[in-house]
Amino acid sequence: MTSNTEHFVAPVEETPLLATDAVKTDQAPLSLWADAWRKLRRRPLFIVSSLLILLLVTVALFPGLFTSVEPNNDCQLSNSEGAPTAGHPLGFTLQGCDVYSRVIHGTQASLSVGVLSVLAVVIIGVTLGALAGYYGGWLDAVLARLGDIFFALPIILGALVITQLPLFRENRSVWTVVMTISLLAWPQMARITRGAVIEVRNADFVTAARSLGVSKFGALVKHALPNALAPVIVLATLELGVFIVLEATLSFLGVGLPGSVMSWGNDISAANASIRTNPGILLYPAAALSITVLSFIMLGDAVRDALDPKSRQR
Amino acid sequence: MTSANIRIDEATAPVRPILEIKDLAITFKTGSGEVKAVKNAHLTIMPGETVAIVGESGSGKSTTALAAIGLLPNNGRVSGGQILLDGEDIAHAPEKRMIELRGSHIGMVPQDPMSNLNPVWKIGYQVRETLKANGRPDGPEDVARVLAEAGLPDAARRAKQYPHEFSGGMRQRALIAIGLSCQPKLLIADEPTSALDVTVQRRILDHLDKMTTELGTSVLLITHDLGLAAERADKVIVMYQGNVVEAGPSLELLRNPQHPYTRRLVESAPSLASRRIQVAKEQGVEAEDLLAPVAVAKERSTDEILQIKNLRKIYKLRQGLGQTSDFAAVDDVSFTVKRGTTTAIVGESGSGKSTVAKMVLQLEKPTEGQIVFDGVDTAGLKGKDLFKFRRRVQPIFQDPYGSLDPMYNIFRTIEEPLRVHKIGNAASREKKVRELLDQVALPQSMMQRYPNELSGGQRQRIAIARALALDPEVIICDEAVSALDVLVQAQVLNLLADLQDNLGLTYLFITHDLAVVRQIADHVCVMEKGKLVETGSTDDVFDNPREAYTQALLDAIPGGSLLLPPAVA
Repeated sequence: MTSNTEHFVAPVEETPLLATDAVKTDQAPLSLWADAWRKLRRRPLFIVSSLLILLLVTVALFPGLFTSVEPNNDCQLSNSEGAPTAGHPLGFTLQGCDVYSRVIHGTQASLSVGVLSVLAVVIIGVTLGALAGYYGGWLDAVLARLGDIFFALPIILGALVITQLPLFRENRSVWTVVMTISLLAWPQMARITRGAVIEVRNADFVTAARSLGVSKFGALVKHALPNALAPVIVLATLELGVFIVLEATLSFLGVGLPGSVMSWGNDISAANASIRTNPGILLYPAAALSITVLSFIMLGDAVRDALDPKSRQR
Repeated sequence: MTSANIRIDEATAPVRPILEIKDLAITFKTGSGEVKAVKNAHLTIMPGETVAIVGESGSGKSTTALAAIGLLPNNGRVSGGQILLDGEDIAHAPEKRMIELRGSHIGMVPQDPMSNLNPVWKIGYQVRETLKANGRPDGPEDVARVLAEAGLPDAARRAKQYPHEFSGGMRQRALIAIGLSCQPKLLIADEPTSALDVTVQRRILDHLDKMTTELGTSVLLITHDLGLAAERADKVIVMYQGNVVEAGPSLELLRNPQHPYTRRLVESAPSLASRRIQVAKEQGVEAEDLLAPVAVAKERSTDEILQIKNLRKIYKLRQGLGQTSDFAAVDDVSFTVKRGTTTAIVGESGSGKSTVAKMVLQLEKPTEGQIVFDGVDTAGLKGKDLFKFRRRVQPIFQDPYGSLDPMYNIFRTIEEPLRVHKIGNAASREKKVRELLDQVALPQSMMQRYPNELSGGQRQRIAIARALALDPEVIICDEAVSALDVLVQAQVLNLLADLQDNLGLTYLFITHDLAVVRQIADHVCVMEKGKLVETGSTDDVFDNPREAYTQALLDAIPGGSLLLPPAVA
């Protein structure tokens, strides 16, 4: 123990002197993505949701693997609202079509609308948001006001109006739905990107790149944007689920996908007629929709946690 | 009781220490298991004594202090030993007891004055809160008295202001007022002035000294600055990797450091050292002089690579409703930088030193004046010429955590300037990167790592390697070592001095720390409020400062006046 005046020295063996600022060599190099992946693969939320999504994608790409029943051609009115039978585990719709087969084949439309809309929204939103955030000035002001206009528009109402435009009404397809959704949904993506870019545009490493001779635009593409991508990825994953619901809603309202395209929204809409007599017909496509949306939102949550900069080791 | 009685008491009865920490161990629960942050720490503070804990970041000095006030983070716990406050073991005291003790028995002055005052409450309210919580009179006059005692002028009016209306120094005074408001027996001051300018730091510490002496308060001062600790404390405790490695009376410890770590600290403390790096360098040059005077003279050619003439930068400040007022960040600054030398620009925050650096780097446009680089006015540089200029003048920034792109691995980071300037092919670029890593004394195996895996000093060395990639002539260091621990700082400064010797680099060194200037610079420009107040060779400015402001800056270097034996200094 030290008394008031004693000069205490710890034995050197107890705390051997390490080299100043020694280099860590024990671990494998870790990029942001490698680090995120290491965190993700241990999360049950991520494992469950990604397995579900993998299953959904397989169903969408190869519906033939899961059912051999033709969803449209094998319909017989004699089977209308029929109970499950061998080979038709979920029964029949009002039109006498196999419910199971329709749910399987409807996956494709729902997923493709979701994926394509998210792609379009990311391309438009990230480009405009990054330019606005990075350059600021009048471009930022104009884009912000433009975004505000779209924000003020309730999305369903806006979609109803857009889909009733003659050009859209007469060519209803997956593409018109995608265009409608992306036209209305890009401002949120732009806003998130803008914020993230503003956060990093004044970072020292951007200034350092500029003083190396990297052009202003080059610094945006090479340094600012890659560092602003984490929130974009999170939002994109979450929006995938939201857009699938939006497609189903529009189809349910009769302005989304045409009746000839099989989709969960259309099926829910059609099952509306038999909700009292045979609610099962409505239940199955609705359940498929819920599970899909849930798994994308769970994935988004897991990805957000993994990419959270606060949890990064320094 | 008369004062004579007290003296007799002190002389006869053994005085009980106000705080005694015995064999303290603190464990943190982290994602990768339990980590011992503090092992076998022990310290004793007698009434009225000031004790300083010195150590680098991660040494456990703040953790020890937080344990003493019972404010360890949720994942930390005292896993062994005792903390005796006035004889009572509070290591595992219930929260209720700790709340009683905090404020009235132990006060605390936190580190960062900017974030430790609640911005939505008036200063007076925040002082009153403390008084109220400890059952003291809390009328407006009491609040004003407490603030006035902490050295805030016009306290009654100031109490009605919000934190954003206070400067950094005033906020720290307000925090000291809060910490001492209930006249605790022990005050824990965790790096109380490291965020402040040196002259402000000195005034605050002087005042803190005066107050605690008057009140008889014991102070536990936590600092990374050995000079400051030695100057302010009766006793210094050196912590390293969670252990107390050395403890003793301040001067005795400085003059006669025993533990190798303490010795290392004393050797590299900038506030204590005198001209070490520079002297060594000059001696080297002299030795060469004797051998080949002509060659050396040629090598050390003294053309003026940078000439700054009447530089001025005016910012327009918005004052609402379209009105603007002019603010001169840099006002009529002229100086020259000789090739192969180091020129330091010193000043406190707001002196305009960083703005000068930005203008030299062509990242900001001067409002008036010229920057002549190697005979060419840089104002007219555009396109290709500017691109070439960038190749010859490179920056190193302050924040080692911010200046490297976290998405780039080390190889890409250092290679980037080569790629941007289209130098060599992939193979020759990789070779160059390996050479650069050697030059900054980092292993080549580091190439695949990412900045977040590196310490601050290593990052700063990567930043130096990147700056060197294009073989520049001038390197502009904007507070390049201020964020580093003392030992790491010394290491980087030595590296910079070596590189200058080997490559003939010219440095423009922007810093607030005069102690660092003495270690590295040949010439000094002192700036105050945008104006250049003094220039001269480092020795001249340090030995015979002409301006009062320079003198004040010099006096404010903590520990500068301490006498050390020549073997150490």
